[in-house]
Amino acid sequence: MVNLKINGIAVSVPEGSTILQAAKLANIRIPTLCYLKGVQCVGSCRMCLVEATGARGLVAACVYPVSEGMEVRTNTPRVRKSRKTTVELILSTHKKKCLSCVRSMNCELQKLALEYNAEEDRFGTDHDLKPIDDLSPSVVRDNSKCVMCTRCVAACNLQTIGVIGPKNRGYVKVIGSPFDVSLAHTSCVNCGQCVVACPVGALYEKSSVADVWGAIVNPEKHVVFFTAPSIKATLGEAFGLPVGTNVEGKMVSAIKQLGDVKCFNMDIAADLTIMEEANELLKRLMQGGVTPMFTSCCPGWVKFCEHYYPEFLPNLSSCKSPQEMFSAVLKTYYCQKTGIKPEDLYVVSVIPCTAKKFEISRDELGHYTDAAITTRELAKMIKEAGIDFANIPEAEYDKPFGVASGAGAIFGATGGVMEAALRTAAHILGGEGSPIEFKEVRGTRGLKEAEYNIGGGIVKVAVAHGLANARKAIELIKSGEKKYTFVEVMACPGGCINGGGQPYVHDEIRNNIDLKTVRAQALYDHDRESKYRCSHETPAVDMLYKEFFAQPLSKKAHELLHTHYQPREKY
Amino acid sequence: MTQDIFEGTEEQAAALKSCIESHRGEEGALMPVLHEAQNIYGYLPAEVQTVIAEGLGVPLAEVYGVATFYSHFSLKPKGKHKVSVCLGTACYVKGSDKILEAVEKELGVSCGECTPDRKFSIESCRCVGACGLAPVMIVDEEVYGKLTPKDVPDVLDKYMGD
Repeated sequence: MVNLKINGIAVSVPEGSTILQAAKLANIRIPTLCYLKGVQCVGSCRMCLVEATGARGLVAACVYPVSEGMEVRTNTPRVRKSRKTTVELILSTHKKKCLSCVRSMNCELQKLALEYNAEEDRFGTDHDLKPIDDLSPSVVRDNSKCVMCTRCVAACNLQTIGVIGPKNRGYVKVIGSPFDVSLAHTSCVNCGQCVVACPVGALYEKSSVADVWGAIVNPEKHVVFFTAPSIKATLGEAFGLPVGTNVEGKMVSAIKQLGDVKCFNMDIAADLTIMEEANELLKRLMQGGVTPMFTSCCPGWVKFCEHYYPEFLPNLSSCKSPQEMFSAVLKTYYCQKTGIKPEDLYVVSVIPCTAKKFEISRDELGHYTDAAITTRELAKMIKEAGIDFANIPEAEYDKPFGVASGAGAIFGATGGVMEAALRTAAHILGGEGSPIEFKEVRGTRGLKEAEYNIGGGIVKVAVAHGLANARKAIELIKSGEKKYTFVEVMACPGGCINGGGQPYVHDEIRNNIDLKTVRAQALYDHDRESKYRCSHETPAVDMLYKEFFAQPLSKKAHELLHTHYQPREKY
Repeated sequence: MTQDIFEGTEEQAAALKSCIESHRGEEGALMPVLHEAQNIYGYLPAEVQTVIAEGLGVPLAEVYGVATFYSHFSLKPKGKHKVSVCLGTACYVKGSDKILEAVEKELGVSCGECTPDRKFSIESCRCVGACGLAPVMIVDEEVYGKLTPKDVPDVLDKYMGD
């Protein structure tokens, strides 16, 4: 252990710790900007500068290692002046359109500027506005607001995608994709991890809010919302509630107050996905189909596979994602049942994901979803509608798509799809009394593996979250080192609860709690308290098969609930 | 991806391939490979950068980032003859900006560009250590000093023929 003093407070930390880590133990806050735990640690922004004995100048606390007897000062006039100047220099090239910025009131730069009394125009505003890249269906980049922290680049590299990076040098340096092509024309998978890594308003989703408002006020349209499993666990953050608060009832209530709309539960579509996927897996195993089978709910992962591992496309389950299954059901079954014309039904999916915005444009999926909005966009609409989210009474989802199983809810966390599938597969093969919880596939360890005896056969499963782990799993399969039966992949680290469409969370919070674990816990709690724990128990699923699809993998199910994939170029 | 039409020979492709193979797995392989690739092709077209990215297993964005960071690397084709005008302090004081202007006028393209027949390309440099000869211009490996704008056509004429 190394002993040091920070602002006179004695701390003991393991050797190799940074000043920032030591300060956290002493409950001393040091501001950061380019540092993001688990994503990037390069010491380039100079916000975290502190005085330390033995160092010549101010040092960057996020990278500077502690030493025995070191005395650190984080709050001296010199340190404060330096931080103020750093913010002012960043502001000198920043498009200061703060009032209308997507990050206003939630911007890390704005917060630092306030804290250090930065003068926004001390060094003038001597820069040209840079073009906005909004060609991607998912992500918009406004480089005039970029602060060059490169957190987005690190997030993209962490995903092993690497389609963005710094270009050029000096005043003309920008972050973007190579050769001045739009992000839309690269092998970007639209996961949006760059967006949630951005401290400012330089990256945001391509918004569909205006379209949705337009549909709500259009008297000819019947507007139906449905919410993805993870939204209930994250929406509250946008209204100041603690991370990990389940706000399902308030969320449903708020959506219904947006206008004359219905609100359904997408967890039911997750349940429906499990019915199809579990049966597809069993069919593949019995008929000698291609294995291991990969899950296909995650559009980031699907596009990744199309670009980077097209030879594995036959391994992808042919099941559409829950979003696309649900929209197809609504535009067919629900329309038939209610007499609403499909062209008059406007389906809005609320998703934690920017890749889903790309997904709805895929021709092979039939364009059943009219708009896909992120958790952030829903929060924006609720605020715009003047709804008092904190005090709104809870409400229930509309019938007939209200009650889902806990298995559908845990779809939002890594391992959740696998566990849900295992519950139903165990039931199909083993009957009543089969196990419900498969805890080995939960959690945020990198590549999770487990073996289960289901119905007398051994099933080897793997769960990958984050595309680096997905790549690892595929390479292990490719080399023959591992033989799996079924592999779940979610493109975002931690799964959908940490998706690219989730509320922005400041570095200060992200650096101190594990968002992924805390948000996931809300879903596992929801599951535990659910009346139904398995997808096949969900009444709406039963109803859909009885009244419409007949049985899993039926002809009609294939038509509406399954799809195919296409290889895509990498460059 | 770029406006210039890329025309590489099989020999060049083979040379690039062997260069990538000799550096594969090495830490910091990107810089030496980019250097060699520029020697092989004269510049770093998008197609070559893609081959390097794929060959070394680094993101294309990183290759492009490095290629655009260092002024030594060029993303535009170079001419058969490289004309370089020194804009370092001593040469600049002695009016090398006028020399550059004269070169641009004579060849009809701007600094950083290449003539359509790919015979000449123009670039500027910062001090070649021949301040005593200011203002200085270099064509290929040959240094021409104490120039006036009037001298420029004669110097370039020597290279027009071949």
